[in-house]
Amino acid sequence: MMNSSRYDRQIKLSEVGIEGQEKLQKASVLIVGAGGLGCPAALYLAVAGVGTIGLIDHDIVEETNLHRQVLFTEKDVGKSKVEAAKEVLIQHNSTIAIQAYNYRLDENSIFDLIRDYDIVLDGTDNFQTKYLINDACVKMDKPFVGASIYKYQGQLSVFNYKNGPTYRCLYPTHHYKDNNNCEETGVLGVLPGIIGTMQAAETLKIILSMGQPLSGKLKIIDTLTMQEQLIAFPLNKSLIKQVKDLPLKLETAICTIKDQDQLYLDVREPFEQPKPTNERVLEIPLGQLKDRYNEIPRNEKVHVYCQSGIRSKKAITLLEKEYGFDNLVEAGGIEELLK
Amino acid sequence: MPITIKYFGAIAEATGITEEKVDLGDVDSIEQLKSICLAKYEAIGDLSFQLAVNQSLSSKDALKDGDEVAFLPPFAGG
Repeated sequence: MMNSSRYDRQIKLSEVGIEGQEKLQKASVLIVGAGGLGCPAALYLAVAGVGTIGLIDHDIVEETNLHRQVLFTEKDVGKSKVEAAKEVLIQHNSTIAIQAYNYRLDENSIFDLIRDYDIVLDGTDNFQTKYLINDACVKMDKPFVGASIYKYQGQLSVFNYKNGPTYRCLYPTHHYKDNNNCEETGVLGVLPGIIGTMQAAETLKIILSMGQPLSGKLKIIDTLTMQEQLIAFPLNKSLIKQVKDLPLKLETAICTIKDQDQLYLDVREPFEQPKPTNERVLEIPLGQLKDRYNEIPRNEKVHVYCQSGIRSKKAITLLEKEYGFDNLVEAGGIEELLK
Repeated sequence: MPITIKYFGAIAEATGITEEKVDLGDVDSIEQLKSICLAKYEAIGDLSFQLAVNQSLSSKDALKDGDEVAFLPPFAGG
């Protein structure tokens, strides 16, 4: 028997009641990405009594996460995000089940993972995974609560809800130059707190069948002006049919770096696009350099690049100061190399 | 024809403004408006965006007096 007294204040709401609380207890939500959006969303869903919460993220907690990823404390730096989050969530509500999946969601694992969940909550920070979640949810007929952020602005919508419009109906595709994640552009910490909490609200509305979930509408919030926009978008049946008919595959944009003879070091994350097809490219993400710097040759010039030129600068500083490299050339963002 | 244009996210950075009121003369289609903006702000040509007219994405191409057009880029951050 469920302990209902802890939920008294929401059971008092006529739209929730004991029945609603039981619905929450039986519900399961998979949160993809335990970052700025995933942290507040997970916390509110846990304390509301959502019976099963899955968290998937392959990352570890970094110091630069602490200003916005509010489940983590200083002592969590270096730990698995999902394990650290699970520990905190259980302290908040020991009566629910928290599943931690410490790996990256990909096209091979996604079906098995989302099969067991009623709703997916997208807290990811890249387009490739957003389209992957969309396509898998369309194929498996699961609603997903999507959101994304940029500096001071957030976007929120409920996709694929009762055969409603999907993420591709809103954004059929994207240009590879759009990869504007928080690491590159910066973000005000409170923004994902606001938007992630709204995702939790939409998720609760879906579970409780109350109000009007944000289906077919995109909410845009600008925290600098506190202005909001609600943009309606229609169902694109042919796009949905395409997604249903074709096998699931990752969207990858490829490119070729003009100067093929030089040796390059790509310090971006593996999912970042476009991917050069050149043979002489070493791929070591910035965060792994301190463990893998010995893979970088010292006997020829190495041209270091990233998405926009910020991380390549950091990488060169690190490699020169800490490990004595003197053969690195700053190549900036990948766009520069494609011209 | 007076039109209000709103720019969001990276698009607003490329244009340097979040909103402007323009008089398009005898321009009356979204495609024409788009070409004008792309010519005026070259940097937005590199970005993806959807165009909403009066808070709605639609396939209609006609513009009328007082319409509000929004340039909506997808965001990636989380």
